[in-house]
Amino acid sequence: MKLKLATLALSAVMATGPVMAELVFPSLAYRTGPFAAGGIPFADGYSDYFSLLNARDGGIGGVMTAVPECETAYNTEKGVECYEALKGDGALVFQPLSTGITYQLIPKATADDIPMHTMGYGRTSAKNGKVFSHIFNYPVNYWDGASVGVSHFKDQAGGSLEGKKITLLHFNGSYGKEPIPTLEALAAQEGFDLTIIPIDYPGQEQKSQWLQIRREKPDYILFWGWGVMNQVAVQEAVNINYPMDQFMGIWWSGSENDVLPAGAGADGYKALAFHNVGNDFAVFGDIQKYVVDAGNAAGDGSNVGTVLYNRGVYAAFLAAEAAKGAQAASGTMDINASQMRDAMEALEITEAKMAAAGLSGFGPEFSVSCENHGGPGMAAVAQWNATDQKWSLITEFGPSDGSIVNPLIEADSAAYAAENNIAERCN
Amino acid sequence: MFYREAGDFKTTYADDTQTFPIKFDRYRYYVVLAFAFGVIPFIINDYWANAVLLPFLIYAIAAIGLNILVGYAGQVSLGSGGFMAVGAYSTYKLMTSFPDVNIFFHVIIAGGITAIVGVLFGLPSLRIKGFYLAVSTLAAQFFLVWLFNRVPWFYNYSASGQISSPERTVFGYAVTGANAESWVAYLFCLVFVTISAIIARNLTRGASGRRWMAIRDMDIAAEIIGVNPLKAKLTAFAVSSFFIGIAGALFFAVYLGSAEVGDTFGTTKSFLLLFMVIIGGLGSIFGSFAGAAFLVVLPVLLKNVLVAGLGWPTDTAAHLEILIIGALIITFLIAEPHGLAQLWRVAKEKLRLWPFPH
Repeated sequence: MKLKLATLALSAVMATGPVMAELVFPSLAYRTGPFAAGGIPFADGYSDYFSLLNARDGGIGGVMTAVPECETAYNTEKGVECYEALKGDGALVFQPLSTGITYQLIPKATADDIPMHTMGYGRTSAKNGKVFSHIFNYPVNYWDGASVGVSHFKDQAGGSLEGKKITLLHFNGSYGKEPIPTLEALAAQEGFDLTIIPIDYPGQEQKSQWLQIRREKPDYILFWGWGVMNQVAVQEAVNINYPMDQFMGIWWSGSENDVLPAGAGADGYKALAFHNVGNDFAVFGDIQKYVVDAGNAAGDGSNVGTVLYNRGVYAAFLAAEAAKGAQAASGTMDINASQMRDAMEALEITEAKMAAAGLSGFGPEFSVSCENHGGPGMAAVAQWNATDQKWSLITEFGPSDGSIVNPLIEADSAAYAAENNIAERCN
Repeated sequence: MFYREAGDFKTTYADDTQTFPIKFDRYRYYVVLAFAFGVIPFIINDYWANAVLLPFLIYAIAAIGLNILVGYAGQVSLGSGGFMAVGAYSTYKLMTSFPDVNIFFHVIIAGGITAIVGVLFGLPSLRIKGFYLAVSTLAAQFFLVWLFNRVPWFYNYSASGQISSPERTVFGYAVTGANAESWVAYLFCLVFVTISAIIARNLTRGASGRRWMAIRDMDIAAEIIGVNPLKAKLTAFAVSSFFIGIAGALFFAVYLGSAEVGDTFGTTKSFLLLFMVIIGGLGSIFGSFAGAAFLVVLPVLLKNVLVAGLGWPTDTAAHLEILIIGALIITFLIAEPHGLAQLWRVAKEKLRLWPFPH
């Protein structure tokens, strides 16, 4: 009896012990479903960077970080459920990694005063901070990517795309349809013929699409795929002997697991990139030492340094820098979502900050402002070398064509503002 | 002990033919209504509304609709996802074209539009039955998804093809949009559920229900005794699609807030509704509720137990969830093919005598 009372008392004391304050960065990940091939390395990278900060630096500003994960399977309903479950625990920023879920959460996150960072995906017109107060898509968006891709093809074609045929092969969802207005505007301006070929979810069956490509023989192909459809597309391109250096994917269609299955035939496949590739950065040594070797890695540690893992690390780095900025601006180490949003709006990423984090030269320098939540919109082109089995950047980070992209952003955000009665801010 | 039926005599036809003639059932129904309308709005929070209650209510309406078609009229339909999409897109077009009309009327009109579309895609049922009808309704599913993807007028020419519901109010309280409070959205859906269930229950108890069941049981014999198969089948499709359209409208406008037809209203939705109806019990209004509860609450419960409770990794939990639900569906169909409603019927018969054995 006495032992029972004692254990009860002890467990009561332990249960009501002091709760350590934590900085919560929820991870809406998908480790199941047809897009898991892309979701797993990103989620691992995101989680591992915060584990590194905890292990090496004792958190951010002395406060430990927490990355609760919730499985969405790229499904919008589960995404909403995950958001509702995680928003109450002091969540600082949400990164849904799915354009569909992003559209779902844009009004909800704004109403709940929690910022959302949709890095290089999501609703492109969220770059307009005057309409979208809580949504940030720095450093680049899909319309920038489309513009940079077309510019690269123009250089490759010797300076003019007049009379050429460009095909957009895309996932038949909001993510894949995003670049269409920009490409149509560019087609009118540059004089090329644009064909649009959709791929239905999940994209494992693309024979009819590639038959059409084989018949039409476009000069260049832009590919907006994700998950399993990337591997299938690259394999189909190899099967029909399409010249790989004229086939370019968006940054979500250019990772190692997309090209490895196709073997040597995938040599020369290009992809857009908004950050550097490879594992030749100081931070990966630290991650290996403090996280993977210590047994705290989110995955099995084998995808450190791969393209999507790097992207997860980059997203985590940007969130951590914003958190540091929020702590500095508010004077308290225990920040809330509202302060995080203000810090994200004032974020400035310099080479010095990247070098201090072990990511020297990882991406372009940029700053975020009230009007511009999308950063500079700079992208580079990476190419796959099948012999070395490595991606490498073949161009510098270059800007997109603002004269095409900016009016489209204005128009789309104005339409959203009109539909939802949002008054412009930042005045 | 629970069912005290001694001394409960009916003196009017109205009393005798009411839906819940036994006092215990009737009082239980009043208590459930009182709890749902009077207690839950005060204790509900965002997570419970968005994860459990709103999907349950909305899927319950859709399951009632599908149960009328599959369970009462015996017409197999795999097009329910597409019909929910029709309800959603009609609501979207109505909300954006007539912003001054109250959302309540928009939802009902959307149900009406879906009923017309449902009748159109139900025409094959006059010639084909069973498995073949299932395939032709699957064609309806694919066609409707393709239509809402392809014709930009439906999504107001937006770049992404997604539709988002603007904020609308009922009696001054926001019902749709991100600023809607959870109890307002809950009550709005609850009103629709109650009215739909009452209408469905009375339709199925009356002449139309008997006509549908006659068609289901033996359509040639039904025709011989004077049931018009054209009218019966098409009214089944019309009423069923009306409810499914209302469910689709609420699903988009109140619960999700924005939708993309391929992701939200695909074949998985059609199959989910069919599973709800089969597991709940064909030909039973209570079965629609039971099936919806089973397939909405169980995944959330499993996720909370496995991930939050046992601390397992999220992908293992997600895979296990699919496994467990599949296994439960199989077990159900083997152990009790008539669904949860049959379990309740048997239990009720035993309860009416309990503690006596006979």
